[in-house]
Order: sequence, then C-alpha cells, then structure tokens
Amino acid sequence: MKTLRIDAKGMHYTPLNQKIRAAVADGVEEITLDNVLGQRFIGDGLRGNVKIIINGVPGGDLGVFMSGPTCIIHGNAEHAPGNTMDKGMLVIHGSAGDAVAHSMRGGKVFVKNNIGYRGGIHMKQYEVEAKPVLVVGGTAHSFLGEYMAGGLVLVLGIGKEKSMTDRGIGSGIHGGEIIIRGEVDDYLLGVGAKKIEFTESDLERIAPVIKSFCEHFELDPTEFLDTNYTRIGPASSRPFANKYVWE
Amino acid sequence: MTLGSVPPKFKVGIDRDQCMDCGRCIENCSYEVYRREGDKILIESRKCTACLRCVAMCPRDAITITEKPVDYRSHPVWTREIREDIINQARSGKIILSGMGNARDLPIIYDRLLLDACQVTNPSIDPLREPMELRTYIGKKPSKLKFRKTESGDVELETKLAPNLKLDTPIMIGHMSFGAISLNSHLSMAKAVKETGTYMGTGEGGLHKALYPYQDRLIVQVASGRFGVNIDYLERGAAIEIKIGQGAKPGIGGHLPGEKVNEEVSKTRMIPLGSDAISPAPHHDIYSIEDLVQLIRSLKEATEWKKPVFVKIAAVHNVAPIAAGIARSSADAVVIDGFRGGTGAAPKVFRDHVGIPIEVAIASVDQKLREQGVRNEISVIASGGIRSSADLAKSIALGADAVYIGTAALVSLGCRVCGNCYRNLCPWGIATQQPELMNRIDPEMGAVQVANLIKGWTLELSELMGAAGINSIESLRGNRDRLRGYMLDEGMLKILDVLPAGA
Repeated sequence: MKTLRIDAKGMHYTPLNQKIRAAVADGVEEITLDNVLGQRFIGDGLRGNVKIIINGVPGGDLGVFMSGPTCIIHGNAEHAPGNTMDKGMLVIHGSAGDAVAHSMRGGKVFVKNNIGYRGGIHMKQYEVEAKPVLVVGGTAHSFLGEYMAGGLVLVLGIGKEKSMTDRGIGSGIHGGEIIIRGEVDDYLLGVGAKKIEFTESDLERIAPVIKSFCEHFELDPTEFLDTNYTRIGPASSRPFANKYVWE
Repeated sequence: MTLGSVPPKFKVGIDRDQCMDCGRCIENCSYEVYRREGDKILIESRKCTACLRCVAMCPRDAITITEKPVDYRSHPVWTREIREDIINQARSGKIILSGMGNARDLPIIYDRLLLDACQVTNPSIDPLREPMELRTYIGKKPSKLKFRKTESGDVELETKLAPNLKLDTPIMIGHMSFGAISLNSHLSMAKAVKETGTYMGTGEGGLHKALYPYQDRLIVQVASGRFGVNIDYLERGAAIEIKIGQGAKPGIGGHLPGEKVNEEVSKTRMIPLGSDAISPAPHHDIYSIEDLVQLIRSLKEATEWKKPVFVKIAAVHNVAPIAAGIARSSADAVVIDGFRGGTGAAPKVFRDHVGIPIEVAIASVDQKLREQGVRNEISVIASGGIRSSADLAKSIALGADAVYIGTAALVSLGCRVCGNCYRNLCPWGIATQQPELMNRIDPEMGAVQVANLIKGWTLELSELMGAAGINSIESLRGNRDRLRGYMLDEGMLKILDVLPAGA
C-alpha cells in the first residue's frame, strides 16, 4: 500500500489540500497528517477511496463536498465536519462543533464524544446509496436534526445520565429519523417532530451502524443492542403544506 | 359559505361570427376555460388567468379578454385587491402566496432617470462605424499591476489575476431553477447565452444532464437547501453563486412543493420523488460574515481557486454595508436583487412589501464600495425588474458591472406575466413540469428568441453609449453624470448621487 506522511505544522490549508490531491492523483492510499492545528477544509471536494489519518485538531468544514475518502481524526473537530458531504466517512476521536453533517447527502460521520448545536441539520437522502448517517457517542446541543429531510442521526449518550437534555430536536424535520438512546422528554422535541415506536426491526436495521461505530472506537456493542431507544421522525412529510393559500 | 364567491378576474368572449370552430383555444388552455358541448365552444371565464395563450393561438382573432368585468364599489383605500385578500384569508387563515414579481403600483425609479446624449460640444459616436467595447469581466480586479522584465527583455505580468468571467455583453440571465421552470426553458436560455457570449444561472435545482454541453456558460448556485450540490456540480459551472437572499422574498427560504418533484427534478435535485424541497431561510452554516467567508473559501478550495464565487443578496435596507462586508469576504461578485425581482411563488406580503428598489441599491452599494476603496475587489451584478436596454444602461451608469434578467427572458419565451407560475399549468411551457406543456417550447426556437432579445438590447446599449459619446462600457460604469433625475425628490437624488434634470 502506498502511503504518505505530511507534517502540517504551520501549513496553510490550500497547500495542504494541494499536497493531498497530488498524493491521491499519484495513487497514494493512506495519508497521515501530523501536527494539524486548525487547518480548514481538509479533504474539501476530494474524490476516491484514500484514507486520511489526521493527528491534531482540524479546522472547520472538514470533508466538505467530499465524495469517497475516509478521514480518521485523532482529536476534536471544529465547525461543520461533513458539510454537504456526498460519500465517504469521518471518524472523529473526540468532539465536534456546530452544524456537524450539515446538509450531508451520503456517507457517515462518527463522533466519539459530543457535538454542538444544529447537528445533522438538513441532512437529506436520495435513492438507496445516498443515505447519510451521523452517530454521536455522547450528546448533542439544541436543534439536533433540524429541517432533516433524510438519513439517520443516532445519539448514544455514553456516560450521560440522559442522552439528550437540549431542546428543539428535529424541529422542521420532514424526512429521515433521529434515534436516541433511552428516554427523551417530550418537551425536548421541536415543532413538527414526533416520537415513533422503536421496534425490534428498527434495531435490526440500525444494528450494523451501532456495531460499526463500536468497532471504530473499540467499544462493546452488546450493551447497545436492545430496544431502549427513542425514535423521532416527522409528524408530516409536508410541514409547510398547510401554511399557505394561493392568491 | 356566507362569503360567497368573489367576482371573476377576467371575462372571456368569443366573437362567434369570426370563430371558425377550430378548437385551438380548447387545446391550448391548460386552465380548462374552454370546453366543447355539442357543436358549441363553451367558456368558463372564472378559470381564466389572462395568460393569452388562446388569444395568441386563435387564427381568427376571435377571442377577447376583459379584465375586471365586475366592478366593486370604488374606494381608494379598500381596493379590490385588499378586499379579496381579506376574503381569501377569512376563508383559509393562511399566508397568501403569489407568483412573479412585486405587483404594486409603486413609482419606478428607472422611469424617472433620463440618459444623456452629445450635442455640438462633444461628438457622438456611430456604433456602425466605430467599435463599441461592451466586453465585461466579472470578478476581482487587482488594485495595481506589477510587471517584471524577463531575461530576453520582454515584459511580463507579475500580478496574479483572479479568475473572471468574460461577457461579450453585460446582460446575463439570472437564476431560475429547474423545477420552478421547465427543462426546455432552461435549454433555450442556455443555448442563447452560449450564442451571445454571456452566462446564465442554474438556480438552486442542480444541473440536468441535458445542460452539460453548456456548462462553461452556466453559473451554478449553492443555496440553503444545497439541492443538487456536489463536487461534480461545482466543477461543471463556470462560476458558483451562493444565494443568500432573493428580491421577491428577502429573509425567507423556499419550498418546492412535492407535486413539482417529478422524476427528472428528483434526479437533478437529488431528492426523493414527490418530496417537498425545503430551502431554509438562512444557510445553517452561515450565521455571520465570518461564516460566509468560510463557505466561499470552501467552494474555492473545492474547485482549486479556478472559479469566481458570487454572493447574491436581496436589496434590503442595509444593503450597502452588507455588500461591503461581502467585498471583504473573498467573494468575486455581489449580486443585488431588487424588490421587483420575480419568483415562481412567494408570500404576497413579502413580494409586495419587503426590500428596496434595485436602483437605489446599486447606487448605495457602488458608493459605499468606492468610499471604502474596495470597488475593484468585487463586481456588482444588478437584478430584479430590469425590463429594457434603458434599465440596463441606467443600472450600469448607477454603478453596476452587469445585470441579470429573469422575467424579461421568460417573456421572450412566451410568458405573458399572468403570475400563475406556481400552478404547474403554464400554458406557455415555462413554469411547468408537465411534458405535454413543456414541449410547447422548442429549445431551438426558444434559443433564437432569447438570443434575439439579448442582441436587441446589446445593439440598443451600443447606440445609447454612442449617442453619449462613450465607446467603452467602463466609461459608462458608475458615470452618474450621464443621468438626470426627473420628478425625483432631493433625498432620492442624493442617494442616487444624480443631479436633477436641467442642472
């Protein structure tokens, strides 16, 4: 396997991305970035199957418009990792900022710890191959899955008494599902969101996602493989349909 | 229903002496105004929208359409429209939606601006005889140029130039999405801009495969719903436009109803068939000017800094400082959409009451950018109610680099501005996804019509410039000395930085 190591210390994001692109074009299959500190847009619009190991804390919009690669981040991530991502994977061994997986159409974002506000906002799906998945090991702030139009958001609440304590979950959701470990207080749900029974068949459906998440972070999946989840979906697929009348 | 019905908006009549009973009115009217019963064509006037399709297709000029056949008691305050809106809301309790642009009878500033011409003291220029430079570059311009001498003694440019779009005429077609309008309308306009050396916007609807051959003439749009946006889409466009706002409905998002999301629209927008496409009001990754910088740079980084990125905003009260912020945000052009901008559907209260006229927005943005010494950092594109070459010339004289046209291009395709764009029944094949209606536009013919409009305006612009003794578009840009205000108040003249007629 062709590999490459880049020392990103003090490097601006443009030359860094240029190096990554050149390496991918050159057939490199695994790139390790050391000393990453706040460089934005890593993997921006990148195609292919390359694996990028990021040691440090990448800046905002990690993997934005990305279509294929896998990024393993040994650190936290800033604002909007996975923004408008099409394909590929981000595995964040830490926490991430606001708007994680914003408008993501495909691929997976796994965050070991917590995420900020508006996680999974306006995630959407298209056909079978493009179904985005966001899994959060810890908890999320307000407006999780707001405007969601498709895909899956899963919050496991590891180490928390309650998986979610912030409001506005799924406000304006009109597609997709938000699945949260344990009970969720009704007052935390946003406008247009409703609870749907979580069944054995739901568990069967999400079990591969749970197992994959646990595998990445070396967790035992068995403790998550039961039906102690709250499933939240849209109260209507047309939340705005009854708001308007024609002239 | 105690409210009963409101009077029909139009009355349709057939001159039975003229009528040859060919039935073209029945075939053409998608609103089903006409039907045949026995040997007679019957009329249901209430369904008429005055799209004039039947009139245009009647071989005998036998059809008449009268507006407002039933009078209300006249009243200057409680107009017919106000009364009917109240009745509509008393029935529904909902927000009223409407199509096309602002329909209020407010003064149009363009019509109160007059252009200059040369007499005696400076000669006018005949565009037939002398070249008129209309070529316009959209994008960042360097504040100064640095050159260096090569070893061979040649001089070469050292300054690195930012990517620019090269327009043969300062008229572009603005963003109207596939979904809101038909594929054949898009194809017609794409062919036309290719032929006339200019560009058109895709709108927030993704890029249909049929438009790939014209991609180097297309500006792809990234709006808050991110529909159809992926790396492939971004790479195809000649430029990328971030849509923050729209003149017809500043401050709110858009909802494409599921009925319009057929298979083609679904594929192009990358959303499930029949699902509502909801564009949130803000971009949820932009909550500040710093976040805007981040989105702009993420788009530039994705396309390796090869493409200009535009930012489109609605003309609102603080448009000038907002544009100045955008000028510092790595954007290459700011698009300002005035309150007369069109739309497929907008809440009527927004369409008619929110935002400011494009004329004052251009003037105040240009002024602010010049004051701050950043006018070269960004091009200014004006849109929203540009109806003629006169509006175009006045926009440039007020400080715009180029304009986007929307409604005017649709009118060149047959649109009669009936304002029922949202019903998916457009009898002209424009604002519809129904194949049998859409096929009423032949893209080859449509392209000729749109290109003719652009060519006609371009010729008129050359003549207007020549008459003013100007042979280059750069000399017209921001040249407010060639404008005079007619019946505009002092405050308005000050904002426009234009002298009154006679001064």
